[in-house]
Amino acid sequence: MSVNGAASLLALVGIDTYYGQIHILEKLNLEVREGELVSLLGGNASGKSTTLKTILGLVQPRNGTVEFRGENVTGRTTSYRIKRGMAIVPENRRLFGPMTVLENLEMGAYLNRDGRGRKEDFERVYTLFPLLKERRNQLAGTLSGGEQQMVAMGRALMSHPKLLLMDEPSMGLAPILVERSFEIIQQVHQSGVAMLIVEQNANMALSIADRGYVLSTGRLVLEGPAGQLLEHEDLRKAYLGR
Amino acid sequence: MNWSLFWDLTVSGLTLGSVYALIALGYTMVYGILKLLNFAHGDVYMIGAFMGWFALHWLGGPVNPSATAWLVVVLMFLFAMVACGGLGVAIERFAYRPLRNAPRIAPLISALGVSFFLQNSALLLFGASFRDYDTFHLIGAKTYNYKDIFLSVPQLLTIVSAIGLMIGLTLLVARTKIGKAMRATSFDREAASMMGIDVDRVIASTFFIGSALAGAAGVMFALVFGQIYHFMGFLAGLKGFTAAVIGGIGSIPGAMLGGLLVGLAESYATGYLPQGSTFQNLYVFALLILIILIRPSGLLGKADVKKV
Ligand SMILES: Nc1ncnc2c1ncn2[C@@H]1O[C@H](COP(=O)(O)OP(=O)(O)O)[C@@H](O)[C@H]1O
Ligand SMILES: [Mg+2]
Repeated sequence: MSVNGAASLLALVGIDTYYGQIHILEKLNLEVREGELVSLLGGNASGKSTTLKTILGLVQPRNGTVEFRGENVTGRTTSYRIKRGMAIVPENRRLFGPMTVLENLEMGAYLNRDGRGRKEDFERVYTLFPLLKERRNQLAGTLSGGEQQMVAMGRALMSHPKLLLMDEPSMGLAPILVERSFEIIQQVHQSGVAMLIVEQNANMALSIADRGYVLSTGRLVLEGPAGQLLEHEDLRKAYLGR
Repeated sequence: MNWSLFWDLTVSGLTLGSVYALIALGYTMVYGILKLLNFAHGDVYMIGAFMGWFALHWLGGPVNPSATAWLVVVLMFLFAMVACGGLGVAIERFAYRPLRNAPRIAPLISALGVSFFLQNSALLLFGASFRDYDTFHLIGAKTYNYKDIFLSVPQLLTIVSAIGLMIGLTLLVARTKIGKAMRATSFDREAASMMGIDVDRVIASTFFIGSALAGAAGVMFALVFGQIYHFMGFLAGLKGFTAAVIGGIGSIPGAMLGGLLVGLAESYATGYLPQGSTFQNLYVFALLILIILIRPSGLLGKADVKKV
């Protein structure tokens, strides 16, 4: 069924999400296959974060289903979905500022059998981000933006996710750090984690993605292989600035 | 200087302060996690005092207890703490959780409603008359002293067990998985659920712990002062709340410090200030106002920390 033969990991089918009376997502269909890296693009307030919250169960869609690993998880709690293998690097990182780096990582491992995180989990994250080991006893709120981004990624990876959701990982980072963080994203992706990356930085996001979707006020207006989207006239005008 | 008076006042101030600190902890923990002033908390403390009384009487009463006195006292504490913990969980479940996303004034009104509900239920079920723990028959009138400092057994018990409970709570919040989840949830509830933390369970646990501490405080107060009645939670709750605010609402060490300060201030005011035994509350609340004017976020409170 799928282009590269990989099975579907996440599928949104006919999703309508509301905040109160306001219709935010309209008839959204979106898929992430196993091992895939998918970008979700769109301007401000187009519903990107709402899509991720719907996937996680932080908001309930009025219509439609969320399928994850072949299971309909639409009515399930966020905890359940995370236990099944989702994780998120939230918009603005949302670290626990008054807690240490180590404790933040432990929160990422909250649902692991040993909730404090096993030694190997920490080692894996520390290998990816050696700085976090040095800073493990520092309060997360006192780190620089780039360091906080590392904690947010490390925290999400503590639970061995099958699907990593990232909400604007490049936001607020200096250009050099944006490149560095995209390198790390690729590295994590190559270790077999599927990803859905929300970005405003469309060039960067499409350059590492397999496929992309473009949202505009809650509707998908474009989708396809990343290479095609990069060349697409409308997208170039609207988002790529060239 | 009359040192013997000073030490008496200090000891009774620390005793009262221990009770207020335990009450203040419940206020501050719930505020920390829900930004809710749980005005029913003082009445949970009152229910704790009654639960201790019932446990005492189920165990044969103060004159002929069916077990050794210390075991009876331990069971009174345990029963009151578990019953109040359960009550706190029920209050959260039925009076606050349905209003979780309502404007903040709504759960506050609900809290006042629960407070009246508990007071009047106690009046209906337990009657309007005072009940007596009769600590004298249960544990005697023995006192311990170091030089001029005299402590009765209930005072010693109150201070020591309050310190024990506060150390236990501090370790729980600092070290355990649920304690860390409580801190994470009170800092950013949505981010906590993004980690898979079951926020409802964490909030329920917070109510259980805070209410159990109030239950212990009720038994302590009753062991020291003897008498309990359905309205006793009002003033004690207000003082616990004062203590939490003085210490910096949301801060656990702040609640402990605030409780001791309020207890000591009340005791010294009673002994030293003009007409103190009548107007001690005037002095205590004047202290609250003074401290808040000087430090609006309380002694150990932080002026609104920005989320990162
Ligand atoms: N909690 C909320 N309550 C009401 N409206 C919201 C809420 N969160 C987001 N919105 C609205 O939903 C729309 C989509 O928001 P969002 O998904 O955050 O967009 P994006 O992430 O693409 O910037 C916006 O118009 C926003 O104002
Ligand atoms: Mg967003």
